[in-house]
Amino acid sequence: MQQKTLFKTVGLAFGAMMISACSSTGDVNEGAASEATAIQQQAEEQAQEQATTAVSSAALEGEALQAQANEAQAALLQQTVFYFDFDQSTIKNESKAALIAHAGYLAANGAARVVLEGHTDERGTVEYNLALGERRALSVRGFLLANGAAANQIQVVSFGEERPAVNASNEDAYAKNRRVEVKYQSR
Amino acid sequence: MVKFFIVIVFVLISSVSRAELFIEITQGKQSAMPIAVVPFAWHGAAPLVEDISTIVQNNLSNSGYFRTLAPSGMISQPTRVEDVVFNDWQRLRQDFVLLGRIDQTEQGYAIEFHVLDVHQRVEILRHRVRGSEGQLRDLAHYISDFVFERLTGVPGVFSTKLVYVTTNRERTQFNLNYADADGAREQLIFTSRHPIISPAWSPDGRQIAYVSFESGRSEIFIQTLATGQREKVAAFPGSNSAPAFSPDGKKLAFVRSEMGNPEIYVLDLSSRQLERITNHFAIDTEPQWMPDGRNIIFTSNRAGGPQIYNVDIHSKQTRRLTFEGSYNARARVTPDGRKMVYVHQSSGRFHIAAQDMQSGMVQILTTDTELDESPSVAPNGSMVIYAASERNRSILAAVSVDGEVKFRLPSKYGDVREPAWSPILR
Repeated sequence: MQQKTLFKTVGLAFGAMMISACSSTGDVNEGAASEATAIQQQAEEQAQEQATTAVSSAALEGEALQAQANEAQAALLQQTVFYFDFDQSTIKNESKAALIAHAGYLAANGAARVVLEGHTDERGTVEYNLALGERRALSVRGFLLANGAAANQIQVVSFGEERPAVNASNEDAYAKNRRVEVKYQSR
Repeated sequence: MVKFFIVIVFVLISSVSRAELFIEITQGKQSAMPIAVVPFAWHGAAPLVEDISTIVQNNLSNSGYFRTLAPSGMISQPTRVEDVVFNDWQRLRQDFVLLGRIDQTEQGYAIEFHVLDVHQRVEILRHRVRGSEGQLRDLAHYISDFVFERLTGVPGVFSTKLVYVTTNRERTQFNLNYADADGAREQLIFTSRHPIISPAWSPDGRQIAYVSFESGRSEIFIQTLATGQREKVAAFPGSNSAPAFSPDGKKLAFVRSEMGNPEIYVLDLSSRQLERITNHFAIDTEPQWMPDGRNIIFTSNRAGGPQIYNVDIHSKQTRRLTFEGSYNARARVTPDGRKMVYVHQSSGRFHIAAQDMQSGMVQILTTDTELDESPSVAPNGSMVIYAASERNRSILAAVSVDGEVKFRLPSKYGDVREPAWSPILR
């Protein structure tokens, strides 16, 4: 359901971008429209056709770029788990693009609400990990706020080491368990 | 059919909630004293529901202070002092012999027991204890405590209790359990689909404070064991955790984190007055009262990684206590205040370390378990119980404060975590 709403919103944004793309190439479209009236004249038709081809291929190209950008944006929003180093709550560079996308989404959708769940790996003590998980969630909160989200859109909760993503005692599992999960409560 | 169904459901429930701990001794004291626990005499028509002398033998043996002799290796099995042939025990290189008789009384049972010194060839201890049928196990623990204290000079803790948390592999069920110190007679005292952490005993042994996530975030509850009654005592905005009763039981230290800055607070349990103790932008957590009731030791990462600090709750003066290694956390103090034990990381491994409060000398107590955490000190200051990881599962293990005695309390089901050893219950 949330997924659906997300795509709907991305779709709307995409539509809006298409409209702006069209308006900037309005004259070219007029030329394209005149294509139908110039069917009988070979030379004209050829000229038109060339122009049309040139123009429509340009328009198609523009469309393709936009689609890619939106896909990238949607893909960034799909990333909702962000990882951390041991005993650290610093946001990694690789997390930033997706977090900026979430911040942008929250800024554009005032009614959207997220809970940031902080987690740690099982190493170290339960209570210190609870605090560390909270620290991680709060660094993400700070990053989202700095990038346009509003404070009332974000809640923070830490589960420390209590809810591992992977229940195993190895480096791989630890790396997957040291995380903040961005959970949308409403879109 | 309905009856059958009920039975099945009951069996399933009990298999989930019961962790069934059992003790496996892994290392005893070098100086363990040899003692022969002769099977106690019982002349009743039916065998007793509990094997008293075997429980006593296991207790003494599991303590690491004693090396016991299996009854099958005994030359004679006297049940009266006058029947003891000291030469038999001398030949078997025993220092002490414990023998006794169980008699049925109108109210239940009476047990008379004797300890004999094989070298001196004298009876050194004679005692009688009574109890009801439901107290047979308690009687065995009482005898164990009595003998242990007389022979070692240290109070026994066989009659004490443990609380601990068990979870299934999927982490969808969390149980707070209560059991004898040897893992027997486990009882479920609280269950939730959400995490339960940090159980802590009140000094009178009547209440448990713990953190429950049942509302979706961490809140502190105090539960009275006898009645099961629960009271929510700390549910401030943000996170509430790490409860610790003051030595007089009147206050509760805990951690409150508003907007990601965990600080130590003290709540007066009768007036409900709240006082902030620490004030630092770093993580401050895991408070533990010193026996003087005036100082609190806690974990802080104010110097980068987690280290143990001491704060005077009146002057708020704070000083750092640990300096070895980059990760020292969750300290617990022995009842005499002389040593603290905590989780220590060295060369990537997490172990339990003991530190002398006066000299600052550090000794790593555990070596053969991994990911050691949640140490809790026995009320006689002799043993530390802690959680460790074994083949991707969490088990309980124990080590003596001098590192000489080690045993494990593995469970048959799921993970066992967060042990807390009770005070001596009177």
